Amino acid sequence: MSEAAVAIRGLRHTFPGSRPVEVLDGVDLEAAPGAFVSLVGPSGCGKSTLLQVLAGLLAPDAGESLIEGQSTVGEPGLAAYMPQKDLLLPWRKAIGNAVLGAEIAGEPKAEARQHALDLFERFGLAGFEESWPSQLSGGMRQRLALLRTFLIPRHVLLLDEPFGALDAITRREMHQWLQEVWASDARTVLFVTHDVEEALILSDVAYVMSPRPARMAARFEVDYPRPRRPEIVTEPEFVADKARLLAALDGASKG
Amino acid sequence: MLGRWGGAAWEYAPALVLLAALVGLWELMVQVLDTRPYILPAPSAIWDALIDKGHLLPNHIQATATEAVLGLLAAAGGGVLLAVLIASIPLARRVLYPIIVTSQTVPAIVLAPLLMVWVGIGLESKLIVVALVGFFPIVVSTVDGLASADRDMVALVRSMGASRLEELRHVLIPSAIPGFFAGLKIAAAYSVIGAVIAEWVAAKEGLGIFIIRSQASFRIDQIFVAIAVIALLSIALFVAVHLLARVASPWKYANDQGENGS
Repeated sequence: MSEAAVAIRGLRHTFPGSRPVEVLDGVDLEAAPGAFVSLVGPSGCGKSTLLQVLAGLLAPDAGESLIEGQSTVGEPGLAAYMPQKDLLLPWRKAIGNAVLGAEIAGEPKAEARQHALDLFERFGLAGFEESWPSQLSGGMRQRLALLRTFLIPRHVLLLDEPFGALDAITRREMHQWLQEVWASDARTVLFVTHDVEEALILSDVAYVMSPRPARMAARFEVDYPRPRRPEIVTEPEFVADKARLLAALDGASKG
Repeated sequence: MLGRWGGAAWEYAPALVLLAALVGLWELMVQVLDTRPYILPAPSAIWDALIDKGHLLPNHIQATATEAVLGLLAAAGGGVLLAVLIASIPLARRVLYPIIVTSQTVPAIVLAPLLMVWVGIGLESKLIVVALVGFFPIVVSTVDGLASADRDMVALVRSMGASRLEELRHVLIPSAIPGFFAGLKIAAAYSVIGAVIAEWVAAKEGLGIFIIRSQASFRIDQIFVAIAVIALLSIALFVAVHLLARVASPWKYANDQGENGS
């Protein structure tokens, strides 16, 4: 068995305070190298906390969090992390934001820049290289944040609801586009969402999380052939799977 | 470009009209009431004094401007250093902040004679006065700027494997630039006054000493000339800092430029 790209075992975490909040209650998860894995759960269930642990920003109370076999506890920088907000640096132009992660990872500046410029068109940002973030639309900002994440030279991408703030039409486009980008890239993606349809369209594996304190409620293998067209959502098999996933989500909420 | 200058002229026109009206009123009052020139000279008399003694001014202006600019630079350097210390080390905040605030309760006019005694009447004592007047607003607004940095942005660069120094470079310092310049603008507006006060106590050259000499010879008209020069110098420094801020934080003005371009 090859080593998992992402492995989480028995992860527990409670946010301390006058009223401690127990967020993660023994979470397990595994992502094979090159897989697209979704994490579906109700809002506030601890999905983002889980990604923060994997990003090395938060030390859990107990359990293991491994990226390619290496513990992420107190060790940021093992994976490319994209938080919910785009968090573009206002003082860097689009191109400067795109190369930020690559630059910090130690890639030579000129090389990182060239690499980024080559990808601006793929990410639908051609012509905006020298724009300030404040001059970009919401969808463009999101794509730029995604480009920045893609340019970080790591094998695992952690994406926290990257399309959460986009309208339905833009979202559908982004799904097609992300599949293409991912297919050409062969990297492991851990994708957090609360949208069941989005998870089914994009993933090889979808995990369903229970509400807080979170456990893994279910794991689904999604094996429709790729590439998956937007029309897939109307096919009987998809509709049935969606119903099962929603049932798991509801079951988790009640139990 | 023309449109922009036209806009600026339109914006400041009311202030200029009011100023001109006040000067006109002043001239009229002095003429009508026949005020003695050693009490209050008319604007026209002040203008005559400028024409008459103007050749004396460049040396004094140069001295005062040098003290103000160098003092401002010292204030900026020291202010930023203190701000970074205060923002990054909690103990430094507790130790330094009270002392810095207290230092502002001592008026520069009291401090200036002491400094003359300690470091002499040369440039150094003036620089210190200007720097002491100027560093406070710089420290306070730079600390605020550093504190206002988006915690999530700091976390983002940390997730990329950034060191503390890289966090400072990529997020904290750029976040503090607008605050720093806000403080520097206030310091710039005060710096000329600071230099003049220091010269008042003792100096060989400068607008402060020009005022002292004019007063000694009852040339009130010359004092007004000096006041006008001090005001213009202060405004020039303020505008220079403002322009510098635009150059240093172009993203703040990106959207205005877009409007002007179209």
